[in-house]
Amino acid sequence: MIVELTVNGEPVTARVNHPGSLLDLLRDDLGLPGSKSACEQGECGSCSVILDGALVCSCLVLAADAHGSAVTTVEGISEPGALHPVQEAMHRAGAVQCGFCTPGIVVAAADLFAVNPHPTATEIKEALAGNICRCTGYGAIVRALEGAEIVADR
Amino acid sequence: MEIVHPRSIEEAIAGLSDGAVPLAGGTDLMVEVNFGHVRPENVVGLRRLEPLREWDGSRIGAGVTWRRIEKEGPTALAEAARTVGSPQIRNAGTIGGNLGTASPAGDGHPFLAAVDASIELTSAGGSRLVAWDEFFVGVKKTARAPDELITAVELPDELPERQAFGKIGIRNAMVIATVCAVVTRSEDGRTTVGLGSVAPTPIRAPRAETMISSAAKPTDADLAEFQRLVSEEVRPITDHRSTEEYRRHGAGVLARRLLERCLR
Repeated sequence: MIVELTVNGEPVTARVNHPGSLLDLLRDDLGLPGSKSACEQGECGSCSVILDGALVCSCLVLAADAHGSAVTTVEGISEPGALHPVQEAMHRAGAVQCGFCTPGIVVAAADLFAVNPHPTATEIKEALAGNICRCTGYGAIVRALEGAEIVADR
Repeated sequence: MEIVHPRSIEEAIAGLSDGAVPLAGGTDLMVEVNFGHVRPENVVGLRRLEPLREWDGSRIGAGVTWRRIEKEGPTALAEAARTVGSPQIRNAGTIGGNLGTASPAGDGHPFLAAVDASIELTSAGGSRLVAWDEFFVGVKKTARAPDELITAVELPDELPERQAFGKIGIRNAMVIATVCAVVTRSEDGRTTVGLGSVAPTPIRAPRAETMISSAAKPTDADLAEFQRLVSEEVRPITDHRSTEEYRRHGAGVLARRLLERCLR
């Protein structure tokens, strides 16, 4: 079947013949590899995207079920050529080790800052509870985001 | 593979009639799909079906997400909602989907058991209300017929004033319960205990409830007896997540602590 959706503000059309995930559609069919494929069971958060305004794991969204939806991936989280304030804060603080979890963290943090511009460390930890950093670099990530002057909009 | 996106309950039910799989938040079904355990040919996509997202007082639409219940639900159900998966999972997962999967560890189930909730099932022939203890019939087995849609959860109009949820697991987030429980206590002392992950279905602990309900001001000895009875009444197993012994002990301790919270 043909799936029509909006990805990062652009209308896209894709043919879906199998019950695959939105994550596979983004990575394999639409050439957007920023969302990472790891656990494929919603445990790690590395595939986090904003779907119709809500932070979700794109591995748990049936691609065909995204028909008619609006998706924002890490590629579309900031203005073209610029960094999202969350990305800037993490870059400045060196809150990246291997980088695999970073796109998911960026999307989840951007979602947090969109509704809570001044989160406490506890609120940041709770908001990122669905994102696993296998390097265990959580301390630097929380410090990067805590007290950061982040005015996010999406 | 084909998917339909119904705009009414009637359309959704029509879609189910030829063996299609209902898809709510996808947090259970998609894991099965990703690991190649199921390969649905026909899917009824319920995520954006507005009538399922209606929440009218004691009637919670099956499509209401855990995110919303976390913010707007009755105390112990909101507490349970906050422990469902992660923000990502709570944004997608729904109370109806939780019931459809009917995992023995479902975080929402102990509350529904403790307050004697009913589940509304709708088919072409109309709707029926099924009491929670008739809805759950086994591990991941429910009274829902294939042509029925879980449309709502019906809570009693009056809920006990004191209620508390607790969950034992290996971390705070992203954890499937080793034991989860809800204890409620009314003004007149009537106490209920709903338990998850300690039997094939969610259960109550009737002997513990009867014993503690008659204690107007429970003493330490009453609390100890309550804990002992809860541990006696559960029917846990040993699996990859925990042991029978630990779950039995944990159920009693957790229920007692939740009761103490209700008594404060």
